[in-house]
Amino acid sequence: MQIAARHLDKTTIFDISGDIDLATSPQLRKALLRELRELKMPRVVLNLGAVRYMDSSGVASLVEGLKASRDVGSRLILYGLNKTIREVLQLSKLLKIFEIYENEEQSVAS
Amino acid sequence: MLCVVRNALGQLAATLGFSEPDCRAVVLAVDEALTNIIRHAYLGDPDQPIEASFRRIHGPRDGQSGDALEIVLEDSGVTANPEKMCGRALEDVRPGGLGLHFIRECMDTVEFSRSNGRNQLRLVKNLHVQAPRKGS
Repeated sequence: MQIAARHLDKTTIFDISGDIDLATSPQLRKALLRELRELKMPRVVLNLGAVRYMDSSGVASLVEGLKASRDVGSRLILYGLNKTIREVLQLSKLLKIFEIYENEEQSVAS
Repeated sequence: MLCVVRNALGQLAATLGFSEPDCRAVVLAVDEALTNIIRHAYLGDPDQPIEASFRRIHGPRDGQSGDALEIVLEDSGVTANPEKMCGRALEDVRPGGLGLHFIRECMDTVEFSRSNGRNQLRLVKNLHVQAPRKGS
């Protein structure tokens, strides 16, 4: 998995690629919590368009990020979900819990 | 190594004739099972051995015969406590506890046993053959 960060005004966009699994999810968790808890960014957007696979540890990292965003009063937004990622979030019954958009334009305009 | 197993298993499931969603389900279930073994049986050590066997089986199902993929994972780690293998309520939005839920949702049979100091997890996914279209 690779994570690249971009900053637009008060928004951080993480472009994530590869597989989010047991080995890589701690990296995602760390990046999310730093942006939300330490830097207190008002909006963190995850571009998941190039993520091929995500397991339950990846879902757990997203949930931790979501909880952190609620704690500090910011927003965590996801976009670019492929079938695999949607299925995993659907299985977790979390599709409606996350703020999800189709693309970056909608995510940053929301 | 998990990504190597995922890629190989996805190809195997596709070769056996599973649909794309079922291939993804099998890959997710086995990945979660391996992750649970590393985390709980081997206490987080990813370098311990896990034996995995995959075979096509043929047996009665719902009163009819049918093919299925049987996957058996064996490890020599800490004894798993079946009473703790219950996952968690999905309404409780918090990290963790989802792996077992994924395995149960994705597979048709999930059986855990322990013998001779080894944990064994048997997973079965039934092969659903799509009915031919009328007129074809």
